[in-house]
Amino acid sequence: MLLLCQLVGEALVVVTGAPVPGPVIGMALLFIGLVLRGGIPDGLGHVADGLLAHLSLLFVPAGVGVMVHLAMLREELLAVTVALVVSTLLTLATTGLLMTALIRWLEGSRQEER
Amino acid sequence: MDSKLPLGGLDALWVYLSTSPLLHLTLTLLVYLIADALFQRSGRKALLNPVLVSILTLVGLLMATGTDYHTYFDGAQFIHFLLGPATVALAVPLYRHLGLIRRLWLPILIAIAAGALVSATSAVLIADGLGASQQTLVSLAPKSVTTPVAMGIAEKVGGLPSLTAALVVLTGVLGAVIGPAVLSAVRVRDDRARGLAMGVSAHGIGTARALQISGEAGAFAALGMGLMALTSSVILPLVLRWVFSA
Repeated sequence: MLLLCQLVGEALVVVTGAPVPGPVIGMALLFIGLVLRGGIPDGLGHVADGLLAHLSLLFVPAGVGVMVHLAMLREELLAVTVALVVSTLLTLATTGLLMTALIRWLEGSRQEER
Repeated sequence: MDSKLPLGGLDALWVYLSTSPLLHLTLTLLVYLIADALFQRSGRKALLNPVLVSILTLVGLLMATGTDYHTYFDGAQFIHFLLGPATVALAVPLYRHLGLIRRLWLPILIAIAAGALVSATSAVLIADGLGASQQTLVSLAPKSVTTPVAMGIAEKVGGLPSLTAALVVLTGVLGAVIGPAVLSAVRVRDDRARGLAMGVSAHGIGTARALQISGEAGAFAALGMGLMALTSSVILPLVLRWVFSA
């Protein structure tokens, strides 16, 4: 808990100069910290699991903000819808196919080494 | 309540409540709890996604009562604030899957980088081709990135964070609904690849769906979501610069 808060604070300081959002830097820092420590402290694990279990709730206030943009969205409905659907399809297929091919390639070359 | 003027009493109560942050904080939690219960009851149907249902309900309620978004957000910001710490907390599941990353780090990194590129460029180019405004394009670009990070990115590159949040949630619901079918159609059967693709394209909502496929798919989805957030915050500003200069 303490560690978590500290990292958020640190991230916020770093963000003033870096082109990456603060929380992402915080995440990377915490990850590095965990690797260095070689384990997850009990308290931090509980807090993190608790927060992440309710992750979807945290999106709600920001999402409600769409009401401010309703008029604009109505005007660009077609462009936004097509872009979302086609792009999501492409992303799913690209990532899935590439990952399958690469796993096959990697596991194939590992077997040859033996 | 004032027995002589019951309506006047109610009015005063409403005026008091609507100016205090408590009302909209409680309202958000209440609506979400009901939406989540509905979602669980329905057998976790992706279309009844609690985030989507809560947002639609709250927008409806605010419009019906003539409350503006700023008044609402004064109360709801306490929930919103937790997104930052929650993003940092994503490092914990990422660390738990460290063993999986170590074995397959190269395929994972390449697949995610490709996914991040395709997601942002295709969305921006298609919307641009269909005549969307530049502000919409910029807000659309981080659509596959988990909301807290996507909003951070949108803010950085000059988009509208609240519009981005809505588009991200829509993308997540969409990915969770069509994801498994699309992956089967292109014959991606490996649970590790299926999970990763779901996490990369549909972030947290896709990860929740991948967990229903298998634990392994869920772990790779969480990994995909986490690394997608990192990769995108680096790649996206570059992609946008390239698209708008071309």
